[in-house]
Amino acid sequence: MSDGPANDERQPGGSLSAIDKASFKRELTDVVPHLRAFARGLCGRPDLADDLVQETLLKAWAAQDRFEPGTSMRAWTFVILRNAYLTDMRRNRFRGEYDEGVAERILTAPAGQEEPIHLSDLHRALLTLPAERREALLLVGAGGFSYEEAAQICGCAVGTIKSRVGRARAALTEMLANGSIPRRASDDAVAHSAILEELDEVAAGNGVSSRP
Amino acid sequence: MASNFNQGGGNGRGDDGAQQRPPEWADGLKQLYDSVVEEALPDSFKDLLDRLDALDPARGKGAARDGRDTSQ
Repeated sequence: MSDGPANDERQPGGSLSAIDKASFKRELTDVVPHLRAFARGLCGRPDLADDLVQETLLKAWAAQDRFEPGTSMRAWTFVILRNAYLTDMRRNRFRGEYDEGVAERILTAPAGQEEPIHLSDLHRALLTLPAERREALLLVGAGGFSYEEAAQICGCAVGTIKSRVGRARAALTEMLANGSIPRRASDDAVAHSAILEELDEVAAGNGVSSRP
Repeated sequence: MASNFNQGGGNGRGDDGAQQRPPEWADGLKQLYDSVVEEALPDSFKDLLDRLDALDPARGKGAARDGRDTSQ
């Protein structure tokens, strides 16, 4: 993730040199596929996810003076993306719909399990999780971030991230084992309102501590 | 990378630091993520960055999005 060279010519607080600007653009371009993957995992629908990525790119560009060369562009932009997502969630833009496209793909049946796990089931199950747990699991389990990095991205303690990931894993394992996955968008309304409740807590500043 | 169907070998490979062994579907989560990473990138993203690049950063406060079509 750290493919960015540190540029010493950068003036703190000043305008960026042409070299910095070019490398910023290159690094930002390089992380777009990851932003799309993270956004898709968060909000499910590809079109909305891409809108979110565009919004993230605009915000990242406007804030480029605050990016420190040599640090992880992926982590930096993920923070921007998640904040944009939380804001949009509060505006009720996302409905927790899932990507029909993945329904075609089937994951190889794990040993000892009769039914193969469908990626579409996994994705739907993921979208039913509370937003905080879902993003924690995405960052660590899919994005490959360490717990420490994920904690920095989410602005919470490492222990909180570990707890969220553990609970997310347990919930998914149970849902997949029981087949108790909400079918479609109509059922997702339940999950969606649960997510919004969570977000109210987050917005009220209780996000970290209120999660048991 | 979306094709690491490691069967038989089990899931015993190194975890990402979790206290417990990753569940059976852990690879699926990575596959979901990687499948998007590996998708062809729509031109709209590169076009957006090119347009932003052409602007003075100080004035680029997000106003660039609407002015034009994403095609060239």
